Amino acid sequence: MSSSVLPGHDVHSAHDHGAHKPSFVRRWLMSTNHKDIGTLYITWSIIAALEGGVLSMIMRAQLMHPNNTIITNGQTWNAIVTAHGLLMIFFFVMPALIGGFGNWFVPMMIGAPDMAFPRLNNMSFWFLFMGFIFVNLGLLVGHGSGVGWTLYPPLTDSTYQPGPAVDFTLFSLHLAGISSLLGAINFIATILNMRAPGMTMHKMPLFVWSILVTAFLLLLAIPVLAGAITMLIMDRNFGTSFFEPGGGGDPVLFQHLFWFFGHPEVYIMILPAFGIISHVVSTFSKKPIFGYLGMVYAMVAIGFVGFVVWAHHMFVSGISVDSKVYFEAATLVIAVPTGVKVFSWLATMWGGSIELKTPMLWAIGFIFMFVVGGATGVVLANAGLDTELHNSYFIIAHFHYVLSMGSVFAIFAGFYYWIGKMYGRPYPEFWAKVHFWSFFIGVNLTFFPQHFLGLAGMPRRYPDYPTAFAGWNYVSSVGAMISGASSVVFLYILFRIFTSKEVLADNYWGQGATTLEWTVPSPAPHHTFEDVPVIR
Amino acid sequence: MSRQMKMRPAKLASMMTRMAWVALAGLALACISGAALVHTAHAASLPTNSAGLPVHAPQPWEWWLQPSASPVEKSIDWMMQYVLWMMFGVVALVGLLIAFIVFRFNAKRNPVASTTTHNTLIEVIWTLAPAILLVAVVVPSLNLIYQQSDYKHPYMTVRVTGHQWYWEYSYNGVKGVDFTSYAIPPDKLKPGQIRQLSVDHPLVVPAGKKIVFQITSGDVLHSFFIPSLGVQRYAIPGQIWRQWTKIDAPGVYYGECNQICGMNHDNMPIEIVALPMKQFQAWLVKAKADAAQGDVPKVHPYEVLADNAVK
Repeated sequence: MSSSVLPGHDVHSAHDHGAHKPSFVRRWLMSTNHKDIGTLYITWSIIAALEGGVLSMIMRAQLMHPNNTIITNGQTWNAIVTAHGLLMIFFFVMPALIGGFGNWFVPMMIGAPDMAFPRLNNMSFWFLFMGFIFVNLGLLVGHGSGVGWTLYPPLTDSTYQPGPAVDFTLFSLHLAGISSLLGAINFIATILNMRAPGMTMHKMPLFVWSILVTAFLLLLAIPVLAGAITMLIMDRNFGTSFFEPGGGGDPVLFQHLFWFFGHPEVYIMILPAFGIISHVVSTFSKKPIFGYLGMVYAMVAIGFVGFVVWAHHMFVSGISVDSKVYFEAATLVIAVPTGVKVFSWLATMWGGSIELKTPMLWAIGFIFMFVVGGATGVVLANAGLDTELHNSYFIIAHFHYVLSMGSVFAIFAGFYYWIGKMYGRPYPEFWAKVHFWSFFIGVNLTFFPQHFLGLAGMPRRYPDYPTAFAGWNYVSSVGAMISGASSVVFLYILFRIFTSKEVLADNYWGQGATTLEWTVPSPAPHHTFEDVPVIR
Repeated sequence: MSRQMKMRPAKLASMMTRMAWVALAGLALACISGAALVHTAHAASLPTNSAGLPVHAPQPWEWWLQPSASPVEKSIDWMMQYVLWMMFGVVALVGLLIAFIVFRFNAKRNPVASTTTHNTLIEVIWTLAPAILLVAVVVPSLNLIYQQSDYKHPYMTVRVTGHQWYWEYSYNGVKGVDFTSYAIPPDKLKPGQIRQLSVDHPLVVPAGKKIVFQITSGDVLHSFFIPSLGVQRYAIPGQIWRQWTKIDAPGVYYGECNQICGMNHDNMPIEIVALPMKQFQAWLVKAKADAAQGDVPKVHPYEVLADNAVK
């Protein structure tokens, strides 16, 4: 494993970095450079996040008051709910973490010149781009696909959702799925084969480990989703009845297939976040990671167990009593490796010399909010309690605590941590802190009251609710407006970064930043390494 | 390596272990006192409607489960407090640790970082402690699952069928009583009826008797969800899944469809009126007579309740 395919001499002697100036079209539309493709991914994920964010603002505006009239058609509402979920998951969080930061930093951190298959890499991005177009067609064509991101039949069947919108949505998932699958193959090949001399598996930075585990999850989970949605497309268009009870099919089968993909998907969205947080925590504590091996194998364990817990999403669906018992017990087990990770981050900070720069604020925010979301996860793992909480606002609060405050906080941590390395200009520290605190207050105000709404019994995917739920919904909507305003601050920060003239050192974070990307100039040159780095 | 460097991990471990003990003690205390607090603060104070029945619907600014009205919901309420307070303890522990660490080990106070990267004892502790906590969760939790699936010996069975966008109820063993239940449109609401919750023909059942719901669907997925009774199950076409309840006392119990089912998903509520046995039987006789005429139950259960002849 530790032998490298790289020749010992300088592979880039023919190129002087800096002098390499491809045309715009060649650089951005036909790109084969992992950094440029990473930039494309990050750019596109920001666009998708803005769209998904606008949709959530519309939803919170509607829910601000009972009997509201911003959206009066339930189908439109459902289409917005569906698009918000799909955009945020497949076109914001995944591309930002895996395609964006993964592309940028995995090759750099292992001392590789690029990804193993550069053209495949380019193809991955353009598949995703087309997927983005299709998901928007699903939102806008006809009456939209109002089925929820879980796509449960029979509601997804052509009887109940006529017109092409749902087909567009399903094709969009196929495209995003192929994109992820190709990306996963690329990452696995790169990480297993292209590490620099001396970079053994157990010396690999945690972010690389997190992407490796994520890539395996994608490799095993995406084909199952692809199978399920192919069957849906056939049920809709070719008269089959895989999930149609009238023809001997079973709607519950779809739920099993969907969640066999869907639960690993949850870890696909959080494992890379774990990786980023480890780097940020270590850098700003000026201490190496505490319990490195424990951290690595906690991720491997989470990835493994993540595949055998899927039916906890189906506790009130078609499931037998004994299956409930098994899936509850298996689900609770995940809390153990997750606890190992949280405590290891705290131990990394313990005894450190902590600097509360913006990336560290996001990282600490991540740790705390993720623990809140994890704690409600333990509640939800109880099949008996799920009878009360399934599909309620409690679950919305839970998964937004792990995603909107987990993965998204990690994305911002990574963005502020690496933007200097990616673009070569610093971010404005003051405004970045304003962004953090306003977002922190906004999302907590949005999602914490939703626990109460869920406990009191408010169902999800409702454009209108009994008047008794008005109070907490109003608070929640005010919180959403604050996060919305906070995102405008982020756009201003982007403007400041792009107009900055300041120059950054190779390692602008100092002694705590020890991975290979900090040994090359900021911004990282077109060809990262002049010489193959050798790791002691 | 100087002696100082060697001292540090051991000292760190002892300090961390001590802190872990203090935190665990605090956690236990928080669980006990917290659970007691919620229990007393949560004494049921439900509004009553014009028929004098307590209304089990969500209340403004409610922040906990609706007051429980069945044995299963009582267990759920207990379990919810048990797990949530335990988790509150965990979150508090992590929160306090973060606060302490950020305060104690910030760069100003602690300019030179330690280089500790391993401590077997503490790593074993923080692997085992959550595992023990989970065992404490899983034991009562499994009891709850088996309690919820005890469908034996019902007094009566009601077939519940979800449709886009109404519920259909039929009483197994009572021939012909099979009626639909639609939400009352906002402009047709009468005083005392609740927007988005009240229906034209509520499901009427006897209080204090075990009832099994056989839940199915006529089209897409729905979910039969009544929070105050601890009842929820998907309505799946082609399949029948059961839930049982035994309603403690006469009252009105509201629920909603809880699985996305199309454009009026938010507009197919559930209303159950639990009557004393005598009144229930009186209602059923009338409903049967109506059914024989091919009609929905014309007598609202409240009218039966107000009828002195039945008392």
